[in-house]
Amino acid sequence: MIKSQQRIYAVLVPLLSVIIALLIAAVVIVLVGNDPLKAYWEMLKGAFGGAQEIANTVVKTTPLILTGLAVGFGFRAGVFNIGAEGQMAMGALFSTMVAMNLGSMPSVFAIPITLLVGMGVGAGWAAIAGALKAFTGAHEVISTIMLNWIAYYLGNYMVAAPLAVGSGTPKSPEIAPSAKLPPLLTVHATELTSGIIIAVIAAVVMYVILEKTSVGYEVKAVGFNPYAAEYGGISIAKNVVLSMAISGALAGLAGAVEAMGVHHRYLGALTAGKGFDGISVSLIGQNNPIGIIFAAFLIGSLRTGSNAMQFLGVSKHVVMIVQGIVIFLVAAERIVRTIMIYLRFRRREAGMES
Amino acid sequence: MEREFDPRDYAVAMVGITKQFPGVLANDNVTLLVRKGEIHAVVGENGAGKTTLMNQLYGLLRPDSGKIYVFGRELNLKGPRDAINAGIGMVHQHFMLVDNLTVAENIVLGSETRRGVIFDLRQARMRVKELSESYGLMVDVDAKIEDIPVGMQQRVEILKTLYRGAEILILDEPTAVLTPQETEELFEILRKLREAGKTIIFITHKLNEVMAVTDRVTVMRQGKVTGNLITKETNPREIARLMVGREVLLRVEKQPNEPDDVVVEVEDLWVKDNRNLDAVKGVSFYVRAGEIVGIAGVAGNGQTELVEALTGLRKAHKGKYMLLGQDVTNLSARELRLRGLAHIPEDRHKYGLVLDFPNYYNAILGRHDQEPFCRSSFLDHDVILKYTKELFETFDVRPRIPEMPSANLSGGNQQKLVVAREMSSRPKFIVISQPTRGLDIGAIEYIHKTILRLRDENVAVLLVSMELDEVMSLSDRIYVMYEGRFTGEVRPEEVTLEEMGLMMAGHTWEEVRGTVATR
Repeated sequence: MIKSQQRIYAVLVPLLSVIIALLIAAVVIVLVGNDPLKAYWEMLKGAFGGAQEIANTVVKTTPLILTGLAVGFGFRAGVFNIGAEGQMAMGALFSTMVAMNLGSMPSVFAIPITLLVGMGVGAGWAAIAGALKAFTGAHEVISTIMLNWIAYYLGNYMVAAPLAVGSGTPKSPEIAPSAKLPPLLTVHATELTSGIIIAVIAAVVMYVILEKTSVGYEVKAVGFNPYAAEYGGISIAKNVVLSMAISGALAGLAGAVEAMGVHHRYLGALTAGKGFDGISVSLIGQNNPIGIIFAAFLIGSLRTGSNAMQFLGVSKHVVMIVQGIVIFLVAAERIVRTIMIYLRFRRREAGMES
Repeated sequence: MEREFDPRDYAVAMVGITKQFPGVLANDNVTLLVRKGEIHAVVGENGAGKTTLMNQLYGLLRPDSGKIYVFGRELNLKGPRDAINAGIGMVHQHFMLVDNLTVAENIVLGSETRRGVIFDLRQARMRVKELSESYGLMVDVDAKIEDIPVGMQQRVEILKTLYRGAEILILDEPTAVLTPQETEELFEILRKLREAGKTIIFITHKLNEVMAVTDRVTVMRQGKVTGNLITKETNPREIARLMVGREVLLRVEKQPNEPDDVVVEVEDLWVKDNRNLDAVKGVSFYVRAGEIVGIAGVAGNGQTELVEALTGLRKAHKGKYMLLGQDVTNLSARELRLRGLAHIPEDRHKYGLVLDFPNYYNAILGRHDQEPFCRSSFLDHDVILKYTKELFETFDVRPRIPEMPSANLSGGNQQKLVVAREMSSRPKFIVISQPTRGLDIGAIEYIHKTILRLRDENVAVLLVSMELDEVMSLSDRIYVMYEGRFTGEVRPEEVTLEEMGLMMAGHTWEEVRGTVATR
């Protein structure tokens, strides 16, 4: 009974947050001299108005699910992985480099190999920060931010020099056709890639690992209370590295899917902050794999719709305001909950004998 | 014989006090009447509302209803400052002293005598000296707090209240940190203060102390007063019954044991603490199957580090630790568990439980990756839930809700859950540290019975406790620990409390027997 109540609450809070955020943003739209109803209608049409729009929304949603899962898994295991951006870039870069050379391989092999390379490289990149935390105590927030920059410049260098092709935006050559993710649907120039299926599978896998396996038990125990975990015979060092690696594998997968399904190559702007968006997505989705799918879909559709809204003269930054308010309110719900727990604790302390 | 109530008859009269916290009625129409110049005990289990009541008298909390009179005058306390001005002083369980200031500086802190802007320490020192001599509160006024023993720090706290003109002293569980000798010294001081006309409110849950030093007793249970007794006319049994609400076995019934083979052997073990200083300095001991070996000592003499080294949570840097004939020195907690170790840790919140986990997850901590709970990395939730239900049934953990987060269990039930889990792993050797800290009499009785049951099941038991009574009544053999070494190995029936106290203060068994014999 309590559990079902909590579930309703978990859905209700983000939903109300979105509505409140839209209302507040409406005020902003009025203030800049536009009609909010019209603007929102355009936004809705832009995100869901037709097959192409829906395809666009799904394409934007896919990497957000994966980076959201990456950050969310980290949170559940007690590590704050700010490095999804860098892990995604590394995953994309290396899977591209491998996939460029898989021309003679059929898709049944080329696609899984490329995906695994992306995951492996992302996992390894994140595991560096995990190992630094486990063995030297270096905080993962600092080390993952540093690793982000290294990944960013490494990627830029690779497409500017050794891998560079063509003119204009620095980019790598295209990957082998057999390594491209097959589109589910093609509307005009927009391809709805099968990446979304991979993202949903990843969410299910993450849920199973966290809730059904001893690995999930151990990473959660270390996240909640490392002392008790150690007392129970769980290695803290091993699980910190493992949690970072799993988190990084999901971010690396985001990079591989983006390279294989959307750009078909590596370019500097491939990640474009999607790793950082993963933090917002996992916050809104409350670190729950299913919640993360919906949160990514929300952010993805807001982003897609905002393009249409711009034609009315409403800046796409209004959408950033909506996103910001949603996160703020979801986070505020946590703040409120934390305050409630704190008060209850204080009451207990004051009310009982020490 | 009933006379009309007159607050002027009492030093403290708290009448009809009610204090409601959301969800808890902490004080329910409580009346506490303390006569001038008496030592008045307020006893009750954890959560009975003693501290809440005292916090209202000291101005930290305001009652929802009821009246507080001090020396016949009704007070409306807005904060501790008002209480201090009314002549009330409180000695908290955790001392509020500045470590690197001297005794005199600590005592005058916050009420410094000034000459202009300059703090007049010389005059302050004199007054402190006068005070300490007139009540027999011997302290070295120029020593730094960090250099003096706990018993003396407590005297400093008492002096602090007297320096501020306290006529009524509240002492919250003052003996928790003291050796038996220090406790006796404290009682001596309390009696002197009583002679000098001070009124003392003594909060405790130790019944022998109530009998030893107090004049009257107010017993509380679940926010209500369940008894007003004159100490001379009552007995511990009656007080315990009023505290718990049923008959309680105060002393465990223990049958003589027949220990079996040696299970654990430790030789010259050295362990460092977190500051990298030697905390355990070469201890050697053994534990046999079917034997409870106690380790007695005042907190902070290396017991924690010893336990951590024995349970795989801390490395020993020298020495040997044998379990069932195998060298297990510095093996991990996991490997030790696989070899038959169980551990009831002293801090159940930090080590014993993942509070955010549901009960059924905590019920398998340490065996979460073993059959039948886990098969090829997948947890079998049905098995785990069924197991937890049985565990809760057998060990009477309440409420019997496996899905509830363990954070929501009461302290006693959290401890029961830890004990249940560790006992059910069928250990060969169990390390039990502070098993009854913070528990009520009812739960303590239960845990003690359980420890004896372990012994009777031929488990080797190592019991580490700061509660001397507990070690004395449960153990078959006792090692006394002081500053990282054992000062003696004794059998509880051959040693007196006084001798134990001397060993806990650093005297060896040989010295103790020597001095006692020549006395």
